[in-house]
Amino acid sequence: MLAFIIRRVGQSILVLLIVGLVAFSMFRFVGDPIDNMLGQERTIEDVERLRTQLGLDQPFPVQYFKFLEGAVQGNFGVSYRQGRPVAEILMERAPATLELAAVSGLLAIIAGIALGVFTAIRRNGFAAHTIMAASLVGVSLPTFLIGILLIYLFSVELGWLPSFGRGETVSIGDWWTTGFLTQSGIKALILPAITLGLYQMTLIMRLVRSEMLEVLRQDYIRFARARGLRDRVVNFRHALKNTMVPVVTVIGLQLGSIIAFAIITETVFQWPGVGLLFINAIQFVDIPVMAAYLMLISVMFVGINLIVDILYVFIDPRLRVDRKGGH
Amino acid sequence: MRTATRAILATTVAMLALPASAETLRWASAGDALTLDPHSQNEGQTHTIRHQMYDALIIRDVTGAFEPSLATDWGPKADDPNVWVFNLRQGVKFHNGNDFTAEDVVFSYNRAKTPTSDMKELINSVVEVRAVDDYTVEMVTDGPNPILPANLTDLFIMDKDWTEENNTVKVQDFEGGEITYATTNVNGTGAYKLVSREPDVKTVMVRNDDYWGRDQFPMAYSDIVHTPIQNAATRVAALLSGEINFLQDVPVQDLERVSSADGLVVKTAPQNRVIFFGMNQGADDLEADNVDGKNPLADVRVRRAMSMAINRDAIKQVVMRGQSQPAGMIAPPFVNGWTAAMDGESKTDLAAAKALMAEAGYGDGFSIRLDCPNDRYINDEGICQAAVGMLGQIGITVNLDAIPKAQHFPKITEGKTDFYMLGWGVPTYDSEYIFNFLVHGREDSIGTWNGTGFDNDELDAKIKSLASNTNLEQRNADIADIWRVVQDEQLYIPIHHQVLNWAMGDNVGIEVDPENQPMIKHATVN
Repeated sequence: MLAFIIRRVGQSILVLLIVGLVAFSMFRFVGDPIDNMLGQERTIEDVERLRTQLGLDQPFPVQYFKFLEGAVQGNFGVSYRQGRPVAEILMERAPATLELAAVSGLLAIIAGIALGVFTAIRRNGFAAHTIMAASLVGVSLPTFLIGILLIYLFSVELGWLPSFGRGETVSIGDWWTTGFLTQSGIKALILPAITLGLYQMTLIMRLVRSEMLEVLRQDYIRFARARGLRDRVVNFRHALKNTMVPVVTVIGLQLGSIIAFAIITETVFQWPGVGLLFINAIQFVDIPVMAAYLMLISVMFVGINLIVDILYVFIDPRLRVDRKGGH
Repeated sequence: MRTATRAILATTVAMLALPASAETLRWASAGDALTLDPHSQNEGQTHTIRHQMYDALIIRDVTGAFEPSLATDWGPKADDPNVWVFNLRQGVKFHNGNDFTAEDVVFSYNRAKTPTSDMKELINSVVEVRAVDDYTVEMVTDGPNPILPANLTDLFIMDKDWTEENNTVKVQDFEGGEITYATTNVNGTGAYKLVSREPDVKTVMVRNDDYWGRDQFPMAYSDIVHTPIQNAATRVAALLSGEINFLQDVPVQDLERVSSADGLVVKTAPQNRVIFFGMNQGADDLEADNVDGKNPLADVRVRRAMSMAINRDAIKQVVMRGQSQPAGMIAPPFVNGWTAAMDGESKTDLAAAKALMAEAGYGDGFSIRLDCPNDRYINDEGICQAAVGMLGQIGITVNLDAIPKAQHFPKITEGKTDFYMLGWGVPTYDSEYIFNFLVHGREDSIGTWNGTGFDNDELDAKIKSLASNTNLEQRNADIADIWRVVQDEQLYIPIHHQVLNWAMGDNVGIEVDPENQPMIKHATVN
């Protein structure tokens, strides 16, 4: 068991190192950060001085190694665009992204399960058909288009909700800011949360529906009905419970992508989170920010996968590789 | 009676002033200031935000003319052309209540000349700044510098005592990731005071009612909230929904939508930026073409033919939706040395262009790669696409390579492109600036943006002499001579002058500034 975990952790670290290496080898094609950092009056001497100072004159494996060396000590370098330590900027931006991700995740889970159950139980009803058809929109329309449509409808035409930003925020502790405590903060959260969560919501809904239909066909449900149990008990206590196993797995895996895919939603709504930071960093060739963000996201995905793998072992003994024999 | 009149007048003034006293300007633009340290980062949007809170000795008004700010008047010293004398405004106070004196000017200029400063290039001719008395400053230059004031309009004055007390004398070492007190705090003499700032999110400012120019400028807005919004569609939506009432960067495709909306107006004015193509005429052979052993662009007839093939009016109508001003020279119209005659020299004439190509021996044309940015100028990629079609009509097959600016500009400065698009703004409003960067042969600190390979020693000497020529008449004659060569050699293919579009609520009175730098103290509420 221990050997399995150690091997898994080792593989995860290897994946992280490779992601970093690939990222660093690509930064050279994004452009020359020096060009953005110095004004048009700069001299060739200035350019050379800065290039040496930033270590950009060195081959990328060396730059990568230096980055790793700093990252291990918790130092992600200095943003070329903002001139501040990257770790500090990421900490400052993280609450916005995490709050947005949490709200859209909850929205996706609650609405997704509720609608999934509804469409499974009333599978021939008009409402269920309408919802299923509408859910196709959520799956097939790109996020930025949904965001712009929502802005157009609710901000420009109706004027109910703000089109950009996070509203007023309140500081909690030293580094957390929340938009939950002000009216403008909550209003500002609605459209981005729907935009970000819509895809996951439709995904969960369709999954719940198909799993539910599968379960409802099974014998024990028929017997339960035959015993005269009420519909509510049959549907929710017996059927739904058994559909949840695959649904929970998918939700876990989608958690990471909600944070990672927040990039587009944040850009459309000018949401001051890490995704917007990353987009700005690409445009400015802000290598330290890009590197730190990509590493952070890969740590997150690798971490989630690692946990899931380890959990599987606990759940399913057949996966324990150190066991002799077996299948 | 007089008292009564005065009372009525006072009440009227108060009534006029009252509704304005609580007006908030909710202002958005694509970019944010990179820092608030006055001498770090010589960058447009950063200066724009600083201009609201800091004052320079001299600024420019919306016509590009000098406007006295912290200096009331200035001029070269009568008996010494190497010295400029500035008389300072009296009774000015910094936001913290400290008095503004000559000592602060000396301190600020010395700070701007330190190695970590990004403003040092602008005043590299200044060898000494000295206070003659509390309200007179002299600047000694390393030779006569007739256009020194033009370099000072973004050089902000800090309070010496405040800067020293807060241990922020050293200019923020931007690349070194230093956060200094001055990066996030402001103590200027400007019309607005800093309330709060979150980089890339929001900057809030409040009117400085003790401002020295409180009676001189309308200063109708009591509060300013500046928000950067990168996404063009979101910017426009925020304006249409009324969440912002002043937008600096309106995408051209949305101009009609915005101007037809109720309660919104779009104001337009030529920008201090000209867009053009550069051609590598210095090399013996080009890498990006299909002609071996020869450089077609080295032949002036080919360069002229290419210019004649470009239909600038079509680009204006189709690509720019009317929002450009076709150009015949690579100087914006307010720059010293610009003439209407030269700016009208670009003519479209396909027959003559084809004849010139045939005469130069390229009657069958050739093919070449055009390098173009796709995120720097207004519709930059669209302009290049249009040029591809137009040059195709005279037999030149153009392969377009449109890439982000971060990849495009190094190609020019490193000489890795043979045919490229570039835009140029002239902060000094003088042709010398253009010649120094775009016409002078490429050397270490001069000609850095001249990717044409053009190098004419005689012309270079003339360009260098401009810097210290105090005989302005002679200097202007030299400028005209240099332009004549640039035009006759068809060094560049001018396309157009960019036009700025600012959108605002119809009660917002802000005039478009050619530098794209609104000064909110000039704003009125209608």
